[in-house]
Amino acid sequence: QRSSNELYLRCQEFGCEQSLLSRPDGSASFVQGDTSVMAGVYGPAEVKVSKEIYDRATLEVLVQPKVGLPSVRERSQEQCVRETCEASLLLTLHPRSSLTLILQVLHDDGSLLSCCLNAACMALMDAGLPMSCLFCGVTCAISTDGQIITDPTAAQEKESRALMTFAIDSAKHSVLMSSTKGSFSVHELQQCIAVSQKASEKIFQFYRDSVKRRYSKSL
Amino acid sequence: MFSTVRERVGEVLLPGDEFSFEAEEKISLTAPVKSEKVVCGPGLRRCGDRLVVFKSGVLRHKEPNVFWIDSQQRRYVPAKGESIIGIVTAKSGDVFKVDFGGSEQASLSYLTFEGATKRNRPNVQVGDLVFAQFLIANKDMEPELVCIDSSGRANGMGVFGAGGLLFRVSLGLVRRLLAPHSDIRSDLEQLFPCELVVGMNGRIWVKSATVQQTLIIANLLQSAETMTAQQRQQLFRKVQQGAF
Repeated sequence: QRSSNELYLRCQEFGCEQSLLSRPDGSASFVQGDTSVMAGVYGPAEVKVSKEIYDRATLEVLVQPKVGLPSVRERSQEQCVRETCEASLLLTLHPRSSLTLILQVLHDDGSLLSCCLNAACMALMDAGLPMSCLFCGVTCAISTDGQIITDPTAAQEKESRALMTFAIDSAKHSVLMSSTKGSFSVHELQQCIAVSQKASEKIFQFYRDSVKRRYSKSL
Repeated sequence: MFSTVRERVGEVLLPGDEFSFEAEEKISLTAPVKSEKVVCGPGLRRCGDRLVVFKSGVLRHKEPNVFWIDSQQRRYVPAKGESIIGIVTAKSGDVFKVDFGGSEQASLSYLTFEGATKRNRPNVQVGDLVFAQFLIANKDMEPELVCIDSSGRANGMGVFGAGGLLFRVSLGLVRRLLAPHSDIRSDLEQLFPCELVVGMNGRIWVKSATVQQTLIIANLLQSAETMTAQQRQQLFRKVQQGAF
């Protein structure tokens, strides 16, 4: 039995690899427990005149599910990821260009949106796109007896009464995006945000270690 | 702030890391105050009174006060004065459209070749390779290329001859090849004689005596990206011994 304030990150099994695809300008794969997502970034590239914005880059996000064609659920995930990326990328440095981010779901065992956000951030860093801060995704589930579980598995998500995903930024640890489902009180929401902000520090430290390992060959 | 930045030279930094003036820095009222100047290169920008990192990479320093982030990237963003290899895609009126791998195509006027006049046009066709440098390259305007330098001479720029092989590498490898005392270049010189043109947009053109030698050099350069210095020298030695 865990108390509702205890922080538990699923198995701390984070895995990440950068520059694994040869065609895209930046790519990364992020593994959280059994959930794994691969991201590819193209840009800044040519943009169609109908989609160009005169003072900023146009960001397009595509989420491809493991099986089947993208549906309404993928569209809402794309909107969440796009809003987070637009908040942290310096889009005004590349006006009239397009940035394309493609996320391929390799395996879904819960916490999919936060895994997508983490893979997206690593791929954007790998592509060398200018960013004002990093971001990470943390998922919290509230079980029927009020416990807060971070990074729930698919089984835990099914039995929970509320599921929330937050995108946290690295500069001020503020919430960039939130996506919630289920019923919960205001107090529980604030507790979940606090728990997510604490969990995000571990994820940012993991980013730092991964990037250090990547540049260790050239140092 | 100069000392805090100087301390972290050689470290791997991530976007969002910042350097700011410390509150304890005191200015002496009696001794003369030296004004500190920090010049930011690629990867660093000024945000108010802080210095913020916006690309991930290693912080490098050059005397006396230049700092920049050395990052690995594949996509080229044009900068004024850099020389690149471009492919001519269209001829519209007096101007050629050149694709250099960026977000839009650059324009190259036919008068910017050595010895070109309105009557004496340069012999450039669609599909040719050109080695040119950027005259105008900022984020708001269409980039412009020229094939002459400021004194009106070609200086190695212009249209390529026939033959040779064009291939893509990462921008980091290109910078390593163009560095003043590059060890990759000195290793390559000991192999076989070849003609090598390196464009800062990540494109390299190689021409050697036979097709086989050309392909060997292209493969060696592409694989040198991910190797350490020792692995690379081992590979070059192996090729030299088994060379045709």
